[in-house]
Amino acid sequence: MSTNSIVKGARPSFRFSQRQSIALVFGCTLFGAAAQILIKSGANGLFSSSPWAMFSNPFLVTGYSLYAVSTVMLVLALRDGQLSVLYPIISLTYVWVLLLSVVIFNERLNLFKILGVALIVLGVSFLGRKDGE
Amino acid sequence: MKTPFYSMLLVLLASVIGSVSAVFFKAGAARLHRQWSTLLLNWRLMVGVGIALVSSYFFVLAVRQGELTVLYPLVSLGYVWTLFWSRVFFQEPFTRRKFFGLGLILLGTAFLALGR
Repeated sequence: MSTNSIVKGARPSFRFSQRQSIALVFGCTLFGAAAQILIKSGANGLFSSSPWAMFSNPFLVTGYSLYAVSTVMLVLALRDGQLSVLYPIISLTYVWVLLLSVVIFNERLNLFKILGVALIVLGVSFLGRKDGE
Repeated sequence: MKTPFYSMLLVLLASVIGSVSAVFFKAGAARLHRQWSTLLLNWRLMVGVGIALVSSYFFVLAVRQGELTVLYPLVSLGYVWTLFWSRVFFQEPFTRRKFFGLGLILLGTAFLALGR
């Protein structure tokens, strides 16, 4: 399906090459992982569960801003790139978050967690592929 | 630090709500044209943003207590609901490959529950 059938009358003023799309998605995974670490740091320091406490927390605001940036990068990459190539890269976010949680929050890894994330990465990679590919 | 089961349930709730926001984003995106007004006055996109905020509220509540190594990968459950909504609202077909991918995600989720 072409982009034009979804966004009628819109003609993108620029296109990314496959290599640029891959770089964009890779960047998106780094921003996305950094966002999750900030969100977790913010959540750890919350004194109340009210939405206002969240909106006024600098870690959460920065984290969700990064998340927004990573989402825009993802949308741009998905517009021009091949889904079957990009989806396995997207799931790298799970790997970065796992490693960063160990380094920054001193969380422990075990075989179940590693296998669980490996299966999820594999599963997400499959979702991007067409039947018969 | 242990991860309480209700934190996992909160991520699950956030992923369900988040998948609904994706439906509104997709429906809103289909009505985008060159005019900025189609972006700024797009009620579907606004509803999508609102629902995404509600979803992130529950996600933050979830990660207040528990380990990110367990809770973050659970976000992938969103793919399960999205597959369902895509079929209901956009007539996208289920395929064997999608089911296989979802099966792997669910299995991975079960492993994380065991490893918490």
